[in-house]
Amino acid sequence: MTPLILFYVAGFVTLASAILAITRTNASHALIYLVVALLAIAVIFFLLGSPFAAALQIVVYAGAIVVLFLFVVMMLNLGKSSVARERELLTRGIWTLPSLLALVLFAVVLFALVSGDHEAGAQARMIEPKEVGIALYTKYVLAVELAGVLLLAALVGAYHLGRRYLADRREEEESS
Amino acid sequence: MPPTEHVLVLALMLFCIGAVGVLVRRNIIFILLSLEFMMNACALVFVAAGAKWGQPDGQIMYMLILAIAASEVAVALGIVIQMARRFRTLDVDAASELRE
Repeated sequence: MTPLILFYVAGFVTLASAILAITRTNASHALIYLVVALLAIAVIFFLLGSPFAAALQIVVYAGAIVVLFLFVVMMLNLGKSSVARERELLTRGIWTLPSLLALVLFAVVLFALVSGDHEAGAQARMIEPKEVGIALYTKYVLAVELAGVLLLAALVGAYHLGRRYLADRREEEESS
Repeated sequence: MPPTEHVLVLALMLFCIGAVGVLVRRNIIFILLSLEFMMNACALVFVAAGAKWGQPDGQIMYMLILAIAASEVAVALGIVIQMARRFRTLDVDAASELRE
């Protein structure tokens, strides 16, 4: 019974922060809500008996992909000067709600860990990282290689698109 | 374990929120953000299905989605940077030159 309530709480946090994220006007604020939503989904993965997916969700999604977003948003620095924006980010109203939602998630995980019945309440068994690894490098080894090729293509594509000369050439064309 | 139907409903709601975001917002950063939500909803379905049958396949599909999401974001953010340099805005309607 307990994991069920934890699931509903995590699901509520996911949906609430998703709705808040897509209705923000400031991109940085939306990204904070995106992080909270991703963490909530990680909690759901954990409750579903997939601890490896939960760890990957936090490390890769909330860690790497959102930071990539944040880098671009900060780099473009649209509109106001950076100092004014920095001051705006530190007002209390901005970070209270995301922190509160994250605190709810923390309480959920803490409760699941302390009560210790997250495996007893589960009908299905926990899928250990070992099983995932074995299946990944035997049955799905071709998919791993394809993912590697895709990531290489993305690397080349991102490097090419990020280069400055594409924009410079455009400006030359406009001025001439 | 939460019932699979409830997880599927949650994933559907999350996907719909993402779809609404893609359709409603005109800022390219927010469109990409909504795409992340949609991809996460798909990943949630895969993990839920894997958990239901007790097989690791769902998590492997999740990892592949992760790789796809990472490459999508890298390329898309490169396009965002180019767009900000060329049009001085992140409004996707500004980039409708091909139509004209």
